[in-house]
Amino acid sequence: MNPDVELDCRGMRCPLPIIRLANNIGDVPVGHSLAVVADDPAARSDVPAWCRMRGQEYVGEDRADDGAARYVVRRLA
Amino acid sequence: MRNSTGYLDAASAQPLHPAAKEVLLAALDQGFADPLRLHGPARNARLLLDNARESVAESFGVRADEVSFTSSGTAAVHSGVLGLLEGRSRESRRLVHSAVEHSAVLQAGAWHTRHGGTAHVVGVDHEAMVDLVALESTLREPTGVLAVQSANHEVGTVQPLAGVAELAAAADVPLFVDAAASAGRLPLPSGWTVAAASAHKWGGPAGVGILLVRKGARWRAPFPTDDRVDPRAAGFENVPAALAAAAALQAVAGEREDVNARHGALIERVRSFVASEISDVEVVGHPSDRLPHLVTFSCLYVDGEALVTELDRLGFSVASGSACTASTLAPSHVLEAMGVLTHGNVRVSLTRDTSDDEVEQFLAVLPGVVERLRAASGVRR
Repeated sequence: MNPDVELDCRGMRCPLPIIRLANNIGDVPVGHSLAVVADDPAARSDVPAWCRMRGQEYVGEDRADDGAARYVVRRLA
Repeated sequence: MRNSTGYLDAASAQPLHPAAKEVLLAALDQGFADPLRLHGPARNARLLLDNARESVAESFGVRADEVSFTSSGTAAVHSGVLGLLEGRSRESRRLVHSAVEHSAVLQAGAWHTRHGGTAHVVGVDHEAMVDLVALESTLREPTGVLAVQSANHEVGTVQPLAGVAELAAAADVPLFVDAAASAGRLPLPSGWTVAAASAHKWGGPAGVGILLVRKGARWRAPFPTDDRVDPRAAGFENVPAALAAAAALQAVAGEREDVNARHGALIERVRSFVASEISDVEVVGHPSDRLPHLVTFSCLYVDGEALVTELDRLGFSVASGSACTASTLAPSHVLEAMGVLTHGNVRVSLTRDTSDDEVEQFLAVLPGVVERLRAASGVRR
């Protein structure tokens, strides 16, 4: 997974990573992807839930270079 | 201090039912003595305890000797699950439970695992309904005990217990049912070997758990007890509270048809209002197979703690499964297992006295609260 933009949300608690995701999804063109790097355990549920509610595609979870969880989203709209 | 107007957290605790209050006050004077002793005051206490047991048995449709009073619902769950496992230790030490059980079941599983057993989790769908296909396949492995709740305490989904019980019976595995979320409001499901409930959820006093063990079940006390009246429960019985719990249960079971119909309509009103009047919100739990008095929803971009606090400031008491409202800072395992939004979560649950007006007043302030918190969050929409 090679996202065009990576948002560093380390140290942020819910719902801040999702707010950053919502505010920055417009930074990538439709069809491109964006990643949220977050250590808040709620992000694991909330990024896919946000995608479902906002009509975007949840691509999946991998790891950032430092091992932090990274959630990848493809912009559909 | 605030009065109980706007109290919408019945699923955490119900105010004492008026029928229970009356009985409790009378029993405090009559039931203080040790029911085990041989004198007059002891006989009074023993009589009250026996009455409580018989009354609970009648309300649940079980035998009186299947009813034990424990010191809490959690104690009943721990003793129920671990006692069944103890009775099955020669067959299998594997506990299977759903992913959305109350933390009391999860913690019993963790304790069991630390003591040489294993625990296996069966998943649920987006609506918290236990996955019967996955359950059937996991029960092909030798299993000691299956634990599935009657209904979910956080999102209200009523579990398909007839199907669960059928699978358990086919696999010859005893079923433990945590009935705390539904007891009193719905008839006790069948098919269990051991079940547990908690009196303060139906309007009895706190500190009274109910442990139901089917006659002839292979249940062995998992913890040390004592030589008191009931070999399944340890400690001096809280006779007045047990009797009050029984009175509340009887009253609640008697009035549930009316109360459930009224609650069902109010909850439907909240569900449709929230879905149509608030943007970016997810109403969670099964839309029809659910507890009549409870609804849960999650609002995008809103901090659950801020939501609870702001509603409290305006006079409404609600619960939340969001991480920031939990002692562990982890989101609710129920919402996680369902794969639904965990932040901005609110659970509204009605008491028997919640009025239509209170619900309307709550709905009148809710959209504004959500909008204000979103505006303050910095989200651009």
